Amino acid sequence: MTEAQGQGPGAQGQGPGAQGQGPGAPTIDAGELTTFARLRRRGAVLIGGGALWLLLFLAVPLALVFAAAFCETAGYGAVKLSLTWDNLGRVAGWGVFGWEADNLRILLRTVVVAGLTTVLCLALALPMAFWIARQPQSRRGLLLALLMIPFCTNLVIRIAGWTVLLSNQSWLAGLAQQLGAIGPEDGLYPGTFAVLLGMVTTFLPFAVLPLYAVVERLDWTLVEAARDLHSGPWRTARHAILPQIMPGLVAAGILTFVPALGMFLVTDRLGSGKFMLVGNLIQQQVGRDTPYLSALCLTLVAATLIGIAILRWRAREVPVA
Amino acid sequence: MAEGLTVNGVSKAFAATPVLQEVSFAAQGGEFVTLLGPSGCGKTTLLRIFGGFELADAGSVRLGQNDLLALPANRRPVNTVFQNYALFPHLSVQDNIAFGLRSRRLAEPDVTRRVAGGLEMLRLGELARRMPHQLSGGQRQRVALARALVNEPELLLLDEPMSALDAQLRAEVQLELKRLQRRLGTTFLLVTHDQDEAMLVSDRILVMNRGRIEQGGAPAEVFERPRTRFVADFLGDANLLPGTREGAAVRTALGLLRPGTVPGWTTGTLAIRPEQIGVELVKPQENAVAATISEVHYLGTRWDVYCAPGNVRITLSPSEVEDIGGVSPGKSVWLDLPANDLLVLDD
Repeated sequence: MTEAQGQGPGAQGQGPGAQGQGPGAPTIDAGELTTFARLRRRGAVLIGGGALWLLLFLAVPLALVFAAAFCETAGYGAVKLSLTWDNLGRVAGWGVFGWEADNLRILLRTVVVAGLTTVLCLALALPMAFWIARQPQSRRGLLLALLMIPFCTNLVIRIAGWTVLLSNQSWLAGLAQQLGAIGPEDGLYPGTFAVLLGMVTTFLPFAVLPLYAVVERLDWTLVEAARDLHSGPWRTARHAILPQIMPGLVAAGILTFVPALGMFLVTDRLGSGKFMLVGNLIQQQVGRDTPYLSALCLTLVAATLIGIAILRWRAREVPVA
Repeated sequence: MAEGLTVNGVSKAFAATPVLQEVSFAAQGGEFVTLLGPSGCGKTTLLRIFGGFELADAGSVRLGQNDLLALPANRRPVNTVFQNYALFPHLSVQDNIAFGLRSRRLAEPDVTRRVAGGLEMLRLGELARRMPHQLSGGQRQRVALARALVNEPELLLLDEPMSALDAQLRAEVQLELKRLQRRLGTTFLLVTHDQDEAMLVSDRILVMNRGRIEQGGAPAEVFERPRTRFVADFLGDANLLPGTREGAAVRTALGLLRPGTVPGWTTGTLAIRPEQIGVELVKPQENAVAATISEVHYLGTRWDVYCAPGNVRITLSPSEVEDIGGVSPGKSVWLDLPANDLLVLDD
């Protein structure tokens, strides 16, 4: 057995003279004299709970969804075992009356809305993260707490609040009417503007937190070095700041994009049923056509994974040391 | 010929704490000038003002005819080697070196040529495609130096560039830096707290303390003729003897001593380097004092002895101590303090 194989999880700096590498062999892990077997057992116990939880409540249900997507419906939520591509076909738009573009349009709209939400959130969150990170230490905690205050209110109530604030009677709509942005009797909701507003407000804190975490640790001497080497603001941002905050941008992007893909509450209330996203499509099918519902879910999961893959791939273009 | 640097009355305070107080000096073009001082003396702040990373509260800095303080950092004909080198981790060695040239939109063939020159100058050819995290400390430092020098700055600022290197490598790099500077003729301004480094590389040393330049001059001059207690003590070892003037002589704890020049003060300090003190068993001529040793400490390059009268600590050179067969508590010796080596300090 080679020495590398003999090193247990987290075991470092095993001297060249170390004897025997069996599970009972002694090792030192971060200053603790122990054995590989004991480390492995402890790891299993500590990880076990979370792993079991994920297995029971994530992996198994996801497998069931996967299976159900290929079954036939037996009416009102019931499922009949079978193996058919019909459900995925319906997701792609093939119905009883031939192919229709509706579902693809909804899928595309979902990706565009989620993408737009992500871009808006990142654009708004980045300056906020910089501002908070450059405040005195004592004030930063308060500002981060303020950022989380919206979460003290339930999302449904917050959205209900928006419907009041954006209705044609509100001062906000009145202002927009005065400016001629909307018709004299119109409200600011329902519509695309209201949906995006609701989405961005919902996800903005999720974008600020990971960005704050990287901005706070930013090495400003790299910024000074870029300046020293005759860089203007854009080049400085590109080479001295962007590579350093990339992990935070990716995290913030994922934390915004993924839940935005599945969002249905905001569109349901602020888009008033006319603004369909995949989330709304799924919500409609709950308790009705379970196999079709599963196929929709599967599509959404696939879209999410593709989105993450693209983000990670883009992030690798700017490697970070 | 490189442009000279003229610094006039530069002051700076951080939240009412003065960091620099009316600092003025001039460096000729092509001179290697060192700001030497302990941490907190303001030397790095001064360098950062020249680089464009701090605003001076008062004063002016001119490089040739240019008012440096009126320009933003990226427009100053000045480049910096940062203490931690600040290499861009996502760029290879050659792209790091090319960074400043590309910022200024030099034509790509020129960039390639000058980067090649920089790689050659600092013997980095084989490392051109490496990433910074694949380099050793010494290699990183050479990249940082090349990255600054390919821009052909009129003034190169070096902020404690040796502090991350181990002692052996440091001595090598110091020599290399000195030769490089002589060859290029660029004005170098180095900040360090290492007096050996300052002595080795500089044409001129400016000793800083508490936000002021205490003394400036050629290394030999500053070392041999320190004017203040701080300079005498910071540059090498010095025996400081406070005393009161009696005619042309000074009454110290060791006895009446006659310095080379007559002090302008009534109470003040005399200084003498350990290597200038002779230790004898029989009385030499004038300016010798009898001392009885009470305590001895051997420190390799020097002996620290405490002696009566006055329980004064005197630092002696090992060769002198060896000549009389060693020192031990209770031994009586003559200390020979030649008038010309007995320096009158200003404070």
